[in-house]
Amino acid sequence: MQWETVIGLEVHVQLATKTKIFSGASTAFGAAPNTQACAIDLAMPGTLPVPNGEAFRFAVMFGLAIDAEIGTRSMFERKNYFYPDLPKGYQTTQLEAPIVGTGHVEIQLADGSSKSIRIHHAHLEEDAGKSLHEDFHGMSGIDLNRAGTPLIEIVSEPDMSNAEEAVAFARKLHSIVTSLGICDGDMSQGSMRFDVNISVRPKGQEEFGTRTETKNLNSFKFMEDAIKLEVERQIELIEDGGKVIQETRLYNGDTRTARSMRSKEEANDYRYFPCPDLLPVIIDEDYIEAIRQDLPELPDARQQRFSREYGLSDYDAGLIAADAATAHFFEACAKACGDAKLSANWIMGDLAAKLNAAELTIQQSPVSGALLAGLIIRIKDNTISNKIAKQVFEAMFNGEGDADAVIEAKGLKQMSDTGELEKIIDEVIAANPAMVEDWLSSEEDKRKKKMGGFMGPIMKATKGQANPGMANQLLEKKLREKL
Amino acid sequence: MDRSDIAKLAHLARIEISDATVDDVARSITDVLKLVDQLQSADTQGIAPMAHPLDAVQRLRADQVTEADVRDAFQAIAPATEDGLYLVPKVID
Amino acid sequence: MHKLTIAELIQGLRNKDFSSVELTRHYLDRINRLDATYNSYVTVTEEIALQQAAAADARLAAGNAPALCGVPIAHKDIFCTEGVRTSCGSKMLDNFVPPYNATIVENYLRDGAVMLGKVNMDEFAMGSSNETSYYGPVKNPWDTNCVPGGSSGGSAAAVAAHLAPGATASDTGGSIRQPASLCGLTGIKPTYGRVSRWGMIAFASSLDQAGVLTRTAEDAAIMLNAMTSFDDKDSTCVDEPLSDHTASLNEPLKGLRIGMPEQYFGEGLNPQTAERVHAAIAEFEKLGATVKSISLPHSALSVPAYYVIAPAECSANLSRFDGVRYGHRCDNPKDLEDLYKRSRGEGFGEEVKRRILVGTYALSAGYYDAYYRKAQQVRRLIKQDFVDAFADVDVVMGPTATSPAFAFGSKGDDPVAMYLEDIYTIATNLAGLPGLSIPCGLVDNKPVGLQIIGNYFSEAKLLNVAHQFQQVTDFHQQTAPGIE
Repeated sequence: MQWETVIGLEVHVQLATKTKIFSGASTAFGAAPNTQACAIDLAMPGTLPVPNGEAFRFAVMFGLAIDAEIGTRSMFERKNYFYPDLPKGYQTTQLEAPIVGTGHVEIQLADGSSKSIRIHHAHLEEDAGKSLHEDFHGMSGIDLNRAGTPLIEIVSEPDMSNAEEAVAFARKLHSIVTSLGICDGDMSQGSMRFDVNISVRPKGQEEFGTRTETKNLNSFKFMEDAIKLEVERQIELIEDGGKVIQETRLYNGDTRTARSMRSKEEANDYRYFPCPDLLPVIIDEDYIEAIRQDLPELPDARQQRFSREYGLSDYDAGLIAADAATAHFFEACAKACGDAKLSANWIMGDLAAKLNAAELTIQQSPVSGALLAGLIIRIKDNTISNKIAKQVFEAMFNGEGDADAVIEAKGLKQMSDTGELEKIIDEVIAANPAMVEDWLSSEEDKRKKKMGGFMGPIMKATKGQANPGMANQLLEKKLREKL
Repeated sequence: MDRSDIAKLAHLARIEISDATVDDVARSITDVLKLVDQLQSADTQGIAPMAHPLDAVQRLRADQVTEADVRDAFQAIAPATEDGLYLVPKVID
Repeated sequence: MHKLTIAELIQGLRNKDFSSVELTRHYLDRINRLDATYNSYVTVTEEIALQQAAAADARLAAGNAPALCGVPIAHKDIFCTEGVRTSCGSKMLDNFVPPYNATIVENYLRDGAVMLGKVNMDEFAMGSSNETSYYGPVKNPWDTNCVPGGSSGGSAAAVAAHLAPGATASDTGGSIRQPASLCGLTGIKPTYGRVSRWGMIAFASSLDQAGVLTRTAEDAAIMLNAMTSFDDKDSTCVDEPLSDHTASLNEPLKGLRIGMPEQYFGEGLNPQTAERVHAAIAEFEKLGATVKSISLPHSALSVPAYYVIAPAECSANLSRFDGVRYGHRCDNPKDLEDLYKRSRGEGFGEEVKRRILVGTYALSAGYYDAYYRKAQQVRRLIKQDFVDAFADVDVVMGPTATSPAFAFGSKGDDPVAMYLEDIYTIATNLAGLPGLSIPCGLVDNKPVGLQIIGNYFSEAKLLNVAHQFQQVTDFHQQTAPGIE
């Protein structure tokens, strides 16, 4: 039987506000436990929420970026359930009247095609705290610093039909929220978390199969893997005569396995109702228009501009433009060195590999755009070869200074002094009479290729610092003199 | 309202109801529900639900940190803490 | 000194007839000697009171002290007081000492009022008789076999027994006005949103409103002036101009249009209570007011609507009491579920549990529309009744409670009989309107109250109306028998 997969995503995006959604406590990451949990975050008796205006501004920015309707009268509801990381015993969220209504996000696929994914809505809500499962005499420890951090939850329609589309959609959302500057995009710290709803059905069938929800995926790789795993599981289950049951599943990235979360299985009845401590939030057209005017450049527009202004291929432009920080890095580098193509190659190649290995974001890169430009300038003016440049870059990445300082300190400057190079070439010719004889006796059209044999010894003698073009030119001149 | 209905509600509300009192609780809640069932007599066709007595709108706060670290004061009144964390029986996902 | 009203105490302090320390000692002494009978205080803050009194005396000596400076008051134990146990009448919070003050507590501190202590109340303000308190029932000073009303029964008994000249209180369905009626006091519940709810432990957020219980309308005006402030920490606190509630107390009532809702004088009202209320309204006619009969057609639905909305809100508001961060925690929980269920099962009393369960039911899947949504629609109809009425009248008058104070245990274990105790007061909470109760005579030697309901933000008008009545009557000066 032919199977068809149906995927919908719920994406939690932590907003990069300074304070919580309902309190004036800081949202900075990494503070000592519970030092950023104020009376409101701890749900102390008698405390009351007051919403953060910036969270609304950020949510509206997102709404405009995905061409969505903005909720001009939005409301908060309480979602009731008990969990130790949820101090009030309810989560304040939006149900009936969310801040962002229906919209859409365009994704590009590897085959060059594109697809529009519909957004059902996006709403504002508060994040929960964290349970630390390290053993405290058989107890768990609760840290409520994260409790009350503003989130937008983006809910897609079930418009994706495989892992590639889901990942492309997730990446595109990441690109949009980081470009807007409303989220730091740091997935390792949980700034973006994905819940994936998956079902399968026989190809051609109208009605959806039973879906499962795999929760809290915090990397694109895990997401792709988890989807493939779950699709496979569901198909096998049905083909073996079983039935998919609606459940929440937990994926483990270390073991690359998933399991049912039984504790969440008991019938949840969240008893949503309008939060009586909060009033309707009214947003007028002027406010929306002002935000629209100030909207930063979005990834699609940036990709087009990079193709147009810098002459990058669509593919390169798409990769570089997707992430706001990368795009910013690229522009700084390209402008400083005047070579967009080389800048793009270095950023996507050596820099990306180094950052990846060191688990750093591009904002944390020890080599800035300007510094990388300094290196590219030295390649272009023939001070160093491409090969030496990699060595220089390595040193720069390790904090040994800018390109010129590294070249100087390590003596990596290309040998462009004709006199010195001539001397070395003469020595190589003298030391290899057989190769010289072979060259002289070759057909003219083979001679060019055979010169390559001399380059090894020349580079060896110059410790790789010979300017290859110049060495080649001099060598040919010397050999022709012997004809 | 029978015993199993009360058990379901008590679980949702995370309140232990002892076996000895569950019948009394069921009876008194049934009485209360009879009282509130009078609502069904009202003609509410086309009436918008009212969550707040006043037609006020929400004020929004500036995004400025106003809260200092008060962990010690708050944990001094907590039943069980260690290393700055609140302790609870092991959380199982 | 304890016979003096707040207005008289303010004068006495300024005339140096007595100091705040002397006055405070006098009240502390009375509380220590007499409160065993009434059980009105849960916590007496003697040391704090004397410190505050000394500081108040210094401010008074320096001149320009605010009106209430040096006047002792009691706070209902629903208001968080920094460093002082705030129990809300519950075992759940028997050990809870908040590190912060309610806004209204701050406001009284700012004005130099002296806190004598925290007064008893129905657990989490759920009750109309003060029988649900973890700290035992409060006795009505007029008849210690009878209830003082609730939930602000401790506030009412303390003031009626002259153990405080005035007390803060809160009113979700009648919890200020009904005890005022049963204890022969003046009690005002302001417009919803007029007084900050920050630091007042929530029962039903869209209905809760803080107010005061005093002996006279003038005292209520003075106390309300200090209590009221705009508070941006409470999203539902309204940014309306603050008025001096004492400024218009002496305005004549000529031309005042009074509406008497026919539904408030029907079956269930004690005939003698009805007589006292009619007589009081006749007194207003002598002062130049006109009276007409009005209709509030959805009155009968106010109790049913309330007992969906209030329990629904409380079921969520009380979820935070889970034994994790503060409050009661059961011994040796075997797992998380056990921690929650036993901590809450042990920490909450029967009435609180009942309301949480009712609210949980009303919000649960499949019942929301039939109960919660329906109740909210009815709530709008009830508000509209008042909006229509206030097109033709300035104030609405009727009884506060159906009868004078009833004996302990007389409602048995019938919660519905107790709920109907608030039949005349609940509608104003649903509509968010201000309401006031003043004594208007005795029935069986126990006081009964006249309820006056005003339009939104008409607190000054209500107090003016009450004050003018108290200028020509002496019901408010009658003291419970046996009060020294």
